[in-house]
Amino acid sequence: MIISFLSDICLLLGGFFTLTGALGLLRFPNFYSRLHAASVTESLAAPLLITGVILDTGLTLDSAKLVLIILIMVIANPTITHALCRAAAHGGVNPEMRLKSSEKKQSQTDTELSSKESK
Amino acid sequence: MIGNLHLIIDVCLLAFLVLIVFAVMKVTNLFVATMLFGIFSFVTALLFLDLDAVDVAFTEAAVGAGFSTVLMLAALRLSGAVENAKHRHSALGLFIVVLTGAALIYGTSDFPNMGDANAPVQLHLAPEFIQLTQEKIDIPNVVTAVLASFRGYDTFGETVVIFSAGVAVLLLLGMGHVEPKNEPEQNMVLWVVVKPFIALILIFGLYVQFHGDFGAGGGFQAGVIFASGMILYSLVFGEGYARKVISSRILPRLAALGVLIYGVTGLASLLWDKPFLDYNALSSNPVSGQHMGILLVEAGVGLAVFATVLLIFYSFSGVNHNE
Repeated sequence: MIISFLSDICLLLGGFFTLTGALGLLRFPNFYSRLHAASVTESLAAPLLITGVILDTGLTLDSAKLVLIILIMVIANPTITHALCRAAAHGGVNPEMRLKSSEKKQSQTDTELSSKESK
Repeated sequence: MIGNLHLIIDVCLLAFLVLIVFAVMKVTNLFVATMLFGIFSFVTALLFLDLDAVDVAFTEAAVGAGFSTVLMLAALRLSGAVENAKHRHSALGLFIVVLTGAALIYGTSDFPNMGDANAPVQLHLAPEFIQLTQEKIDIPNVVTAVLASFRGYDTFGETVVIFSAGVAVLLLLGMGHVEPKNEPEQNMVLWVVVKPFIALILIFGLYVQFHGDFGAGGGFQAGVIFASGMILYSLVFGEGYARKVISSRILPRLAALGVLIYGVTGLASLLWDKPFLDYNALSSNPVSGQHMGILLVEAGVGLAVFATVLLIFYSFSGVNHNE
């Protein structure tokens, strides 16, 4: 009873994080933040979903295989994200440092001022 | 209820396939198109899985989503990632495509419905195979029995096709010659993670190879998995170092050896006055003869596929290094 409740919670949480990950992948502004959203899906949502399934199946050979899959995912997915990040950085995708709109205006006026001064 | 769920899943997956095809046509960046093709193969694998064709799904995931994507990426390194801007819309081409498509769709109207219990294949072939597998071969996986024993000729043909594909690539591109750099590129995170992973991949490949009689898998999948372990090594540590582990000279010989093992297994039964590829002749007990025959044949397939896949990968990346 409790176990099936826990399994439901794991599955729901996993579904929630998959949804937020997908949303982030679509809505986030630049490459690195999108990568972050995708890696949340991989390394949090998928293990949660599989944990839910394991709790549901109980102690069998299948659940042992699922545990192995979780182990591989938890090790492999952060590594893949790391490799992607590294490749992007080597390829010249720089992290965007965007300022808030008010600060942006401020910095623009600053640069205008400085350019006038230099003239 | 369950039937409805299957239907919903099938419709979703098929809709995904159509969407991906349109996306591939629209996209001009070849890199993106390659990734979309990978997703296409993976969705196809899911469809096969939903149809309970686990062996086929396994092959599609390993070959279609895994190896083909790597191969296309290797080809993109040679061609560049941007499509040529020429877009000619030919009315004749459209006409031919529409005509062929219409003919194919018309052809499907003669097919029995999916899962129809009265379809000819369910009435004649399938029950026979299922019964004979239990009687004469005595292994749980009917697919392996059909592939390696009942349809041994076809599989021999497929193995030869794969071998000749490797030979064709070798003749066109050659192997190239890649010397290992003095110092491989430092990347501790990848090194630490990839090293045990390669060992795991190779063990999994062996498991798939020898477990094919009992579960999903067999020589084709095992060969690709084994080769992907080597390809991973080559990607992380450098092409030159991979060629030190498995020399590019030995690969064509290994591929030929795989085909040879298959062929000799077939010829051996001729010595005992049995037809080609009749494994009953291999042992005094027909059932254990079948077991031995399937083991040998799958080993030949695995070796040939592994060597050919790695050979094609070496050829593609070798060209890149020469320029």
